[in-house]
Amino acid sequence: MKIVILGCGRVGATLATMMDRAGHTVSIIDSSSDSFQRLDPGFNGETILGNGIDGEVLVRAGIKDADAFAAVTNGDNRNIMASQIAKEIFKVKKVVCRIYDPIRQSTYNELGLESISPTIVGAELLFGAITGNKPEALHERKG
Amino acid sequence: MYIIIGGGGEIGYYLTKSLLKQGHEVLLLEKGALRFKGLVEELGQAVVRGDACEARTMEEVGASRADVVIAVTGEDEDNLVICQMAKQHFNVGRTIARLNNPKHELIFQKLGIDITVSPTRSILSLIEAELPGTTFVSLMTLKRAGLEIIEMRVPVDSPIVGKTLGTINLPRTGNLALIIRGTDYIFPTADTKILADDEVYALVSREGEEALRTALGTSL
Repeated sequence: MKIVILGCGRVGATLATMMDRAGHTVSIIDSSSDSFQRLDPGFNGETILGNGIDGEVLVRAGIKDADAFAAVTNGDNRNIMASQIAKEIFKVKKVVCRIYDPIRQSTYNELGLESISPTIVGAELLFGAITGNKPEALHERKG
Repeated sequence: MYIIIGGGGEIGYYLTKSLLKQGHEVLLLEKGALRFKGLVEELGQAVVRGDACEARTMEEVGASRADVVIAVTGEDEDNLVICQMAKQHFNVGRTIARLNNPKHELIFQKLGIDITVSPTRSILSLIEAELPGTTFVSLMTLKRAGLEIIEMRVPVDSPIVGKTLGTINLPRTGNLALIIRGTDYIFPTADTKILADDEVYALVSREGEEALRTALGTSL
């Protein structure tokens, strides 16, 4: 499968390396060329320098024939916008978006954008490690 | 009307002042501490420090009773999220976003933002209209239908000069509505002959614009 990853931070670089090792075709985008140093030295994929909400940059990364897109920059809004571009304009089948803010994450899930909130996932893991139990689901306040 | 504005830059500031003067209830959200301090001195309670992307902040300022939410920060991704959160989370009826990159117009429209304003695009089209020799000006965009009303002057060296409309292969994605020749107006038919310096007004779709430019020899 061909996957485009936006954001070469710790998570993006690790995901890219995992996907590459599993035999997938990977291209990874970041706005800073220094970030690509986080990639495994044996990384076979492509690195693209640019802004992920720019359609031309996404095209250079091969979004037009990508099977999957993952947005993992450190900006929630940037991830949200890039994911929606991938989904609505380039019709990528599998789009996953990282959103730190749990309220934004649940709102965009309602809108049909598959998203993961590391805040909730991380806090639940820590809760489990400390207490040995699963936490109760948080009540989300809705306007 | 109750209007919430996200982003206290120059646009947000002047917009807040003008809308307050018109008697609206306006609330401006600015997340930067320094900028907020400057704004609050002049605008007082009309400014609140906070991020318009944050649901909690928007709840505190009563977003669910807002008639309009306007996002005018310098980042398009923030403006998009402010408007989408307002619509989806707070059921705000009308959202307006500033576009910093005019190329983002299509995606904003697809994602349900009611109105987009692009200063870059506005200034560009003003410049196009003012430049001597310019032959192609976008007059107005009909958003929902995805159509544009354009004005163009037929160049002397255009391949269609002297031909009748019926014999020209015009794109199906456009419609010539009016020709101004000197001080006369002509509602074009298949028998209308095109002359150099005719001012042509047409309705075109996004795809049709380039095709029409090519047909008239005004391609960039």
